[in-house]
Formats: sequence, C-alpha cells, structure tokens
Amino acid sequence: MTETLRLAVVLAAKDLRVERRSRTALVSAVVFAALVLVIFNFARDPATVTAKMLAPSVLWVTFTFASMLTFNRAFSLEKENAAIDGLLLSPMPRGALFLGKYLANLAFVGTVQAVTLPLFVLFFNVGLGQALGGLLLTIVLATIGFVAIGTVFSAMVVRTRFADLMLPMLLLPFLVPPVMGAVAVTTRLLSGRPLSEQMAWLRFLGVYDVVFLTICAMVFPAIFDE
Amino acid sequence: MIPTLDDAHATIRRGLLITALALAGVGAVIVMALWMTPTEVRQGLAQKIFYLHAPSAWAGLLAFSLTGITGGLYLWLRDPRLDLFSEASAEVGLVFGVIVLTTGPIWGKPIWGTWWTWDARLTLTLFLFFLFVGYMALRNALSDPAERARFSAVVGILGLLLVPFVHLSVYMFRTLHPQPVLLKPSAPSMDPRMLRTLLTSVGVFTLLYIGFVTTRYGLSLRREARGVADGD
Repeated sequence: MTETLRLAVVLAAKDLRVERRSRTALVSAVVFAALVLVIFNFARDPATVTAKMLAPSVLWVTFTFASMLTFNRAFSLEKENAAIDGLLLSPMPRGALFLGKYLANLAFVGTVQAVTLPLFVLFFNVGLGQALGGLLLTIVLATIGFVAIGTVFSAMVVRTRFADLMLPMLLLPFLVPPVMGAVAVTTRLLSGRPLSEQMAWLRFLGVYDVVFLTICAMVFPAIFDE
Repeated sequence: MIPTLDDAHATIRRGLLITALALAGVGAVIVMALWMTPTEVRQGLAQKIFYLHAPSAWAGLLAFSLTGITGGLYLWLRDPRLDLFSEASAEVGLVFGVIVLTTGPIWGKPIWGTWWTWDARLTLTLFLFFLFVGYMALRNALSDPAERARFSAVVGILGLLLVPFVHLSVYMFRTLHPQPVLLKPSAPSMDPRMLRTLLTSVGVFTLLYIGFVTTRYGLSLRREARGVADGD
C-alpha cells in the first residue's frame, strides 16, 4: 500500500514537472476561467440581476468547465510517443497509475480553483468573510469525487477520435449532483447562513466522494488490461 | 465462442416474434385504456397517456439497469455476448427514453400547465437519456471491440451508480410529480380497473423490451458471424 502511494506520488510529480516546464495546460485553464468570469459579468442585465444573485452559479460553472479542460491533459500527454506503453510495461500496479493521475489532476484542479476564487471575489464583489472556511470545505468535498470520474473518463476518451468533445458529454451528467449541492451550500453561505445548517448537503457530497473514488479505483485497471 | 449465421437468424426470428406479440399487446392496452377503463375525474382524457408513459419509463429503467449490470458482469467474466447484450439494451433503452420524454410533456402541458419542469423524476429520466446517448457515442467512437466492451462497461457501471445520486439531489430540491400510486407502503390508491390496465401495460412493455433486445442482439450476432465469414 505504501509502495503504491510512493509510486503514485512519483507519477504525479512527473506530471507536474512536465507542466512546470511547458506551462500549457495550467495557464490556458486559468485564463479560460478568468475569461468565463468576465463573460458572465456581461451576460446579465446589471439593472435587473445583481452580481450577487448570480455569483454562486457563476463560481461553480467556472470551476467545472475550467477543471474539465485540465483532464484531457493527463492521458493525451502519455499518448505522444506512446509513453503510455512505457507506463503500462513498468512494474507499477494499475492502482498506482490511477492514484498518480488522480493526484496530478487534483493538483491541477486545485490550482485552477485557487486562482479563480480570488478573481471571483474581485470581479463579483463578494465578501467572503465568515463564509471562507465553509466555502473551502464545500469546494474540497465537491471536487474529490468528480476528479476521480474525470480521471477514469479521460483515460478512455483519449483513445477516441473526438476526445475533447467526448469528455464533456460523458462527464457533465456526473457533475450535476455535486454542483447542485455545492451551489446550494455556496448560496446559503454567501447570504450569511452558518455552515451547520448545511449538513445534509455536505453529507451528500461526502457520500458521493467515497462511492465514486472507490468505484473509480476499482474499474480503472479494466481500462488498460488487454 | 463464435456465433453462426443460423444461430443469429434464429435469435432474430425469435426477437421479431416476441416483438409482434408485444405490439399486439400495445394495441390491446390502447383498447383497454380507452374503452374499458374509467376516465379520471379531474384530469379527463389526458390521464390515458399514463398507460403508455409509466410503462415506458419502467422499460427504460429496466434497460438502463441491465446495461449497467451486464457491463459489470462483462468486466468480471469477459464474455463478449454480455457486451452485445449491453449494447442492445442501451439502444432499446434510448427508444423508451424518447417515448417517456415525449409523452410526459404532452400530458404535462394541460395538467401542470407547462411542458417541462425540473421535478425529480423528469430530471432523472433526462439524465438517463443523456447517459445512454453518451454511452452510445463512446461506443461509436471506438473501433477495437474488446476496448469498446471494456470502456462502455465502465460507463455503464458508473452511470448506474449515478442514478441514486441524481434522484436524491433533485429530491433535496423538492418535487411536484404525482406521488407514487403503485409502489407505496399502503394499498394502491387507484380504481381496480385502472390498476388492471396499468399492470397489463407494464407486462406488455416488458415483453416489448424483451422482443426489441432479442432482435437487436440477434442483429449483433449476425454482424459478428458475417465478420468471421468475411475473415474480418
């Protein structure tokens, strides 16, 4: 188990190193997120809809769309020069491959969120104040599960011709339950309600994470055994 | 385990026979619903669509569950026939999904006053429909049969697991669908003649599902058999 974890960290560190040297995926995802925020600001009539009314939905739509951009990176990177074959031939268990890619994806999505959140506060003039702790917890809970599903799907769609179209089509239905919960909690937190009132949704997000992280780790090896 | 053309044709014939029986059954259900079942007091004739709508929803859900379950079994047993069945079931499920999503709004407009609402079961049906569409799109985008079987099995399993989450999350938003009239703890709150028509229809649609899936499965077998014959 510790060996699997070590190999996973090695793989994730490799992915992050590649990204640090090329800076393609992360920069485009972050710029994309900023652009979505800007577009949303002009896609409303400021006289009738205040920025605050729209803020929670904008935050989550931006998070999910920008995150989705980073998923295809994980395996399209390995497709070049058939690097995936090298990974599969190495004595690394498939579980470590999943965990490594998952951790790297989590780091990417986390970075995109870390940049988007301050921009969101800035553009939409939202006072986080007391709500920050609860919001961070919600973000973590709503991200863990769907990144696992994104990791599994991106490993599959990279083998198809229309990977960039196929991923959103498969993944978006899976995003709806966590996004629904996250938007509900965010709306109430931003209007000053305490986190303790949101336990039902937080539990829901937690169960979603546990179920899908487990099942994704279980089915992932099936993608690669030939 | 290579299917022969004769096996395939026998399966197709069996499927067509069951489908013909089931279609006759659908005719009988329409006759029963219009002339042998009392008209609902408040909804009037619009309620009759329920005898096609609810059984289609049942058949769609059955199709979807079997797609996911046979997908899981495929990953375990690796029998290509399970994958062919999954494919057949998903395609047929898509047809029932379309029936549910068209008959629903036709009823909803006069009764609810709106074609569409984000109620729990509507949303769930729409999701099943999207998942089926994604499932079929992924299948069509892959050419290697073994890869296609494994990948679609993964989507089938994850999709099946998603269903309770979608249902619960939309439920937490509240719902305005007619409350369950059949599968609820107390006795069904329905005129016995209405219940008779509904149960007949559920049986007929289950048969229709079996007929469609058998035919479609036979067509896949025929494709496989021809592929072998052509040395493909």
